[in-house]
Amino acid sequence: MSSSSNAFALQGFLRSDGRKGIRNCIVVAYLVECAHHVAREIVDAFRDQPVHLIGFGGCYPNAYADRMMNTLCTHPNVGGALLLSLGCESFNRHRLAENIAKTGRPVETVVIQQTGGTRKSIESGKTWVSKALQQIAGVPRAPLHVNELVVGTVCGGSDATSGISANPAVGRAFDMLVKQGAATIFEETGEMIGLEDVMSARAVTSELGHELKTSVEKAAHYYKQMGHASFAPGNAEGGLTTIEEKSIGAYCKSGDSPISGLIKPGDVPHRGGLYLLDVVPDGEPRFGFPNINDNAEIAELIACGSHVILFTTGRGSVVGSAISPVIKICANPETYERMSDDMDINAGKILRLEASVDEVGDEIYRKVLDVASGTQSCSESLGHQEFVLTYKSFEPIGPACLPG
Amino acid sequence: MQTEGKSRKLLRIHRDDNVLIVVVPIRPGDRDIVDGRDVVFTQNIAIGHKVAVRDIEAGEKIFKCGVPIGSAKERIPAGSHIHLHNLKSDYIATYTLDKDHVFVK
Repeated sequence: MSSSSNAFALQGFLRSDGRKGIRNCIVVAYLVECAHHVAREIVDAFRDQPVHLIGFGGCYPNAYADRMMNTLCTHPNVGGALLLSLGCESFNRHRLAENIAKTGRPVETVVIQQTGGTRKSIESGKTWVSKALQQIAGVPRAPLHVNELVVGTVCGGSDATSGISANPAVGRAFDMLVKQGAATIFEETGEMIGLEDVMSARAVTSELGHELKTSVEKAAHYYKQMGHASFAPGNAEGGLTTIEEKSIGAYCKSGDSPISGLIKPGDVPHRGGLYLLDVVPDGEPRFGFPNINDNAEIAELIACGSHVILFTTGRGSVVGSAISPVIKICANPETYERMSDDMDINAGKILRLEASVDEVGDEIYRKVLDVASGTQSCSESLGHQEFVLTYKSFEPIGPACLPG
Repeated sequence: MQTEGKSRKLLRIHRDDNVLIVVVPIRPGDRDIVDGRDVVFTQNIAIGHKVAVRDIEAGEKIFKCGVPIGSAKERIPAGSHIHLHNLKSDYIATYTLDKDHVFVK
């Protein structure tokens, strides 16, 4: 049960803003669905090399998507970016390219209408990516300390085991990371009904506590407007007695640390601690569900600077992500046996009383450092690079959200 | 006082918890070690359900995953099943379910 930050000598890719990456990839980003195919053809030519496909499919402008693309293309795991534009979409490709160039990263924009169509754009893009890969191989390396890491967590494909094995174990790993000075991010305010007061009491200031409580109330209102029963009380047959108990299933991934701030997609914590990411749009529902699937949440955690994502699953999700590695923690021992190729950690052994929550928490912590040192996670080695980005709308966070 | 090393049916999630989680189905007459003491169970308790780790007084908070999930409605002896009959929510119930299972104020 010892976990020293000195036990691993990590090396990061040093970026001009001082942040350090644990990966050094080129992102190929389409700026409208019409450019998606060309972007994918370029990425497919670099299989088994660190070239990742991201993009935004919409043709109409959206401030949230714009901010997401800007933060993702300048994420510390990203070494350079190729932007794919059809030519007539409303995404502001000029500003995005400028922002990337300002960070010193190689960036190029291929405008398909100007380049002469599909074939020429693919060739032009491939040529640029080949050069860019050589260029970013020379990015300076620097020692990376645990207190420079940002780690996000999400659950998906949950079942009754998630809340009693994998999620509490992630909470324990989060506590260890926070103790070492890392920034950790949890979310899913829509699943914290009944815990508003418990969560508020963990805030580092009472003003932040109020903001945390308000974020859960906002989620409750939003889901009610959407008319889907996200908050149905737990199934008593499964042993859940109260709404608080149902909600701790997801909440316990946050561990026991004080809550240092409330952030929204694209806000990067500038110091260590535990942060709640509010993923529920502000205002009345305009664009549908807060997040259409697990990868929408993962992309938001990455836009907040997450180097690594801890993904807990009971039924057995297989997804990974573009840009940042996803570590899969399987809650259910039977699922683990069936899908072990996809799972980095077997938290199901907690339910078989073969390991304690603390021991699995320690194992997750060590896996984070291992993956940060360059070892591929299961989803990474299987080639998973899912990415999705849709329309949303947010107001900026208030001054009470990031105290002192 | 760690008991999970000795128990064959019960999981302790968090050091602050006063409940243990059943991970192997419990039948009447089954024995186990709870908080260092031998306990003989008198009823069926299914996987995922909760058992008192020690004697719990009426009104005491029940902790699972280190988080309060409600209060004891009555005195609960060590090893007893904890569920709807002896645990109530502390959440100020501004939300209730209507007939369509939608939360309303």
